Amino acid sequence: MAQGIAKAPLPDQRNLAWYVDKTVQVLVFVGGISAILLILGIFVFITKEGMGFITQTLDIGEFFTSPNWRPTSENRPTYGALALIAGTASVTGLAMLVAVPFSLGAAIFIGEFATGKTREILKILVEMLAAIPSVVWGFIGLSIMNPLIIDLFNVPVGLNVLNSGLILGLMAAPIMTTLAEDALKAVPDGYREAAEAMGATRWQVIFRVVFPAAKNGLVAAVLLGVGRGFGETMAVLMASGHSINIPTSPFDSVRALTATIAAELGETAVGSDHYRALFTLGIFLFAITFLINLTADLVVRGPRKR
Amino acid sequence: MVTPTRDRQPKVQVRDLSIHYGGKAALAGATFEIHEHEIFGIIGPAGSGKTSFLRAMNRMDLFNPAMEVGGEISMDGKDVRKWKNVYALRRRIGVVFPLPVGLPMSIYENVALAPRLGGTRKRADLDVIVERCLTRAALWDEVKDRLDSLGSLLSGGQQQRLTIARALSQEPELLLLDEFSIAVDPVTTMKIEDVLKELRQELTIVLVTNLVQQARRLADRTAFFLTGELVEVAPTEDLFTGGASDERTTAYVEGRFG
Repeated sequence: MAQGIAKAPLPDQRNLAWYVDKTVQVLVFVGGISAILLILGIFVFITKEGMGFITQTLDIGEFFTSPNWRPTSENRPTYGALALIAGTASVTGLAMLVAVPFSLGAAIFIGEFATGKTREILKILVEMLAAIPSVVWGFIGLSIMNPLIIDLFNVPVGLNVLNSGLILGLMAAPIMTTLAEDALKAVPDGYREAAEAMGATRWQVIFRVVFPAAKNGLVAAVLLGVGRGFGETMAVLMASGHSINIPTSPFDSVRALTATIAAELGETAVGSDHYRALFTLGIFLFAITFLINLTADLVVRGPRKR
Repeated sequence: MVTPTRDRQPKVQVRDLSIHYGGKAALAGATFEIHEHEIFGIIGPAGSGKTSFLRAMNRMDLFNPAMEVGGEISMDGKDVRKWKNVYALRRRIGVVFPLPVGLPMSIYENVALAPRLGGTRKRADLDVIVERCLTRAALWDEVKDRLDSLGSLLSGGQQQRLTIARALSQEPELLLLDEFSIAVDPVTTMKIEDVLKELRQELTIVLVTNLVQQARRLADRTAFFLTGELVEVAPTEDLFTGGASDERTTAYVEGRFG
């Protein structure tokens, strides 16, 4: 019997497990690296297509200050992106006015008040909302919101900043809700109990203790929503009216940066000035969303100085 | 050590208190009184219902839907479950949890939070409260030069004293301590114990502890809980000098089990 134990009949399972472990390590490494390579590849691609244009043809001053986007003009094409930037900014701004209170309210309800089944069902529903394709949102903007706005406000066209802002706000709210709720959930329950034990009411606990503790996560949720707003294409294309305009009221139609690329890229000759101008817009968008996401990331990590 | 407690008005009256968690009993049929200006010790091994009693006392049962409370706990003659505004009840009761909870704000704000919530706005008034509470919790000298640094950066023992200062900041009549020394070094524990002895002049203290000797050092009277049963309540000295009426109490305080 003793000999049987001393001489194990099979090699130790862990020898095999060691090879598996090493293989998985390599696979995971490749997976991680490929994400970085892909993002670098995209960056190189859009830069290559757009950069030559920026340095040779484009007047940077005109790009940022002129509202005239006329890349197809026969005698003198102009590439002023100001109206497009204003379009994107106004739609995103209005969207955030809608989405921030909406999503924070929903996150507070789901995270702090709802319990048990209610909470689980709400979370699933919110995540389902986040999965609705943007073209469906655009469709709602086009076929439901458009006549509604025309009737309610007695304006000739219902495809405008108001329409696309509301649509974009509703679109961004679910993902912001989910992120904000995660931030609230990361606050230890001990904080809530300690504050309530001091006689703080539920609202006092939320505003004085939970919000300050979850501040970084909440700001990140909002910033990622802003990033989503800047990058959204289809819904904005369908609901904004797609006319070049610096808006002075919510009922003005506008055109967004993303929508411009989507609408025009198909009809340009590869390598033409127009084609490369659209890539310049792409570089600009890429830079903006990168900055927003980077800010969100830095905010989440928080200032660790003290 | 033994002070005459008979003639004092009971601060807290517990009658036939039973606590269940989803049908499972944590405390059954406990009846006892806590007198004004005494330190009332509660000893017993884990799972004996000590913490459940504290949670029922300041209505923290509301946090846990599975927790059912039967019987009666009265403070100054009024059943705690008859308070419509539970926050007004909790304002009168300070709680110190086993693990210190330094709220994610400055030391100053930790102590000023409750007065602020109560409506005290003037910086000068808050300064007075903060200094007094931190002094009473024996922490002032260590932190007076860095009141603006984060409360959660203090050491465990300091955080626990910060928690006590915070509990005192709303002038409670009753202070509930739940195994406060579990994450605190012995030197700090003795400091806090001295503080508690001082505080007895001003308020009533319920001290839940699983350190039998701590109850002996501090408590005027002590209750022994065992697996959801209140075995007995007696002047602390009696329990430790062979005066316990139940054999199990004697066995526990002598360290033969638990």
